[in-house]
Amino acid sequence: MNTGKRQKQRKVLLMGKSGAGKSSMRSIVFSNYVAKDVRRLGATIDVEHSNIKFMGNLMLNLWDCGGQDGFVENYLTHQRNHVFGSVAVLIFVFDIESREFQADVVSYSNIIRALEECSPGAKVFCLIHKMDLVQARLRGPLFDERVEYIRAASEGFRESVEFFATSIWDQSLYKAWTQIIYFLIPNAATIENLLQQLAEVIDARELILYERTTCLMVTHVTRGLESKNPFTDRFERISSILKTHKQSMAKHTGIPAGSANFAEMQIKTGRFMFFITRLTENTNLAASIPPSEQVFNAARVNIRLVRPKFAELDIASKPRPGIQQAFAHSAESERERERQRDSSVGGEVEYRGKGKEPVGMGEGFGG
Amino acid sequence: MASSHFQASAPSQRSHHDDSHLERSEASQAGPARLQPGAQLTLMRYLQDLPDADVPPSPVPPRYHTGRLPNSKAGDGKPRLLLMGQRRSGKSSISSVVFHKLPPSETLYLETTTRIKKESMHSFMDFQVWDFPGHLDYFDPAFDVDNIFDEIGALIWVIDAQDEYLEAIMRLNTTILNLQHSYPNINVEVFVHKVDGLSEDYKSDTFRDIIQRVQDELSDHGYENAPVSFYQTSIYDHSIFEAFSKVIQKLIPQLPTLEALLNSLCSTCHIEKAYLFDIMSKIYIATDTSPTDIGSYEVCSDYIDVVIDVGEIYGWDRPGENGHSEKVETGNNDAESLITMERKGNNFLYLREINKYLALICLMGDDSPSEKKALIDYNVGVFQDALKQVFPRTEKEIPPLQSPSA
Repeated sequence: MNTGKRQKQRKVLLMGKSGAGKSSMRSIVFSNYVAKDVRRLGATIDVEHSNIKFMGNLMLNLWDCGGQDGFVENYLTHQRNHVFGSVAVLIFVFDIESREFQADVVSYSNIIRALEECSPGAKVFCLIHKMDLVQARLRGPLFDERVEYIRAASEGFRESVEFFATSIWDQSLYKAWTQIIYFLIPNAATIENLLQQLAEVIDARELILYERTTCLMVTHVTRGLESKNPFTDRFERISSILKTHKQSMAKHTGIPAGSANFAEMQIKTGRFMFFITRLTENTNLAASIPPSEQVFNAARVNIRLVRPKFAELDIASKPRPGIQQAFAHSAESERERERQRDSSVGGEVEYRGKGKEPVGMGEGFGG
Repeated sequence: MASSHFQASAPSQRSHHDDSHLERSEASQAGPARLQPGAQLTLMRYLQDLPDADVPPSPVPPRYHTGRLPNSKAGDGKPRLLLMGQRRSGKSSISSVVFHKLPPSETLYLETTTRIKKESMHSFMDFQVWDFPGHLDYFDPAFDVDNIFDEIGALIWVIDAQDEYLEAIMRLNTTILNLQHSYPNINVEVFVHKVDGLSEDYKSDTFRDIIQRVQDELSDHGYENAPVSFYQTSIYDHSIFEAFSKVIQKLIPQLPTLEALLNSLCSTCHIEKAYLFDIMSKIYIATDTSPTDIGSYEVCSDYIDVVIDVGEIYGWDRPGENGHSEKVETGNNDAESLITMERKGNNFLYLREINKYLALICLMGDDSPSEKKALIDYNVGVFQDALKQVFPRTEKEIPPLQSPSA
């Protein structure tokens, strides 16, 4: 679980029939496109690569593979090892409206076979896409039917393959991608553990850690009553809300969407208080806390103090000065890392011990 | 951090206290002064949900046709917006998008309206929207014209800018000329609609052409300076909401007072732009008098969405929440929100719920909000108080304000 400080490249293949919606999906999730903008996209030629840096030394290496038959043929023959070697995740997109579903599945099982041969340890996610085109009452049965059929064709991945119904017009896209990202994060348990401690200290009802550019949730911690929140889809919804807001800000202030980030957002009501603030270089933390000014202020201070701790999880093997300057406590975290190396007990125990330290300074407010 | 917060705000609070007096006195001056004419009193009743009039009918001719006239026959007392225009010009689409939050793309599937659709809107001010089928001839003797136009607040005439509009203009002019004798003060609002499909040049040409034709024809018939306003609208962006905002604003007699209050708030707190929004319809009922651009309106309107959506997710009924025994200082009951942008020089946004229906949204400039937040909170509290004096009866509905003790 503790994979060390090495930057981890994870190769993700995005495949499916031509026109299934692979590039649309990628543009919306990773490049700040609005759903209606995707009709401007042309066909993908061969493979388009993109690298996305995530929390917890995860670097996503996304291969958007053009789906026209000629390209697919090429992937399966000449480039077989190049394309299917060392894959962490294959995301296969099915178009629910496709007229040649049988043919899609044949192509899918060819790809699955190649994957099984070159990277047997990979994980497969199937997205049944464009669900918005199906009438609401038919969605469930149709989805189940397709899942059954595709699972039967999944060869060695029959047990592990996961299915999601998606559409670019609602938050279902975020739901699927959140699961995929969660699977890819190498040190998710460590992050969750730290978040849990933080949540205890600041008395948060819920903490959501999400990536800043994509607004995809990395992980979340829910405490006490909040787990009974009737909105079980709230994480995708928050991703979607934040993304929409970011686009709106970008559109009307003329800032490019990539940098239209807010430093902080607060919402206070009589029932809850909610704020979002920056946690590490590319993650934000959203916290829902009880409606009390004291708790709110204490939580803000404590989150500021805990930043270096999370920054450490984020830092790649080579110390990158750019990142550290971003945080006022760079010297402090440097020293701590030094100490940490000395007492390398390893894994969780170590983090737990240290995790309290920066938080403790704010304890006076916590009551 | 907390202590510096208070130090910064303490002395300045005092200085703004004086401002607050100024604001208050302005409000109380402006308030009664604006309430003299009869029509305004009439509207005040709707704004305040008074069941029965305790104001004697006034001899002053009403300037705002916002509802039941003092001696009109039994009406339901709600200002009425009439949506009229040719068939397929987009009337029903407009009313569904603005008042029912229908996604614009879904309006393709709306069916033709065959009879008058009356809908009541409950908001800070109750009003009715009447959607008329395009093919009706209202001046057919079979129609009870008085019944339709008697209590009208505004007549909204929708013209499809992508279609042949000469006939629409002709009918509009007939209507205006017919109405001017019996109801000379009706606000006629012309929406030049579906402009999203036109190129920039063509759009403004069309718009100008329509204005020209309407005014020429009216003056040919000897009707100069007709009270007709024109707007370019589309349901695919915020322009339709902005146009509706301006239409509704004309029906609010307290508008100058509200604007004065907002101006005063803006200058005190260095706010660039302040909007008073109706939360439900996202129509703004007042803004300060600095120039408005649609961009800032859109940012604010999208911001309301964020706050409402997050509020919905986390504002659920928690069991056992009512027994808050250990809570020492609870937050303000009215929602408030602040967004700080990361890059220097960018605006930040401030939202405060004023009462059940209204929210104040401010766009602010570069100054750091962390020091000024308390000040702004305080001044907005003062604004809220002043607003209560302007709309005294809404006071009952909102929980008591917890402004910081000065």
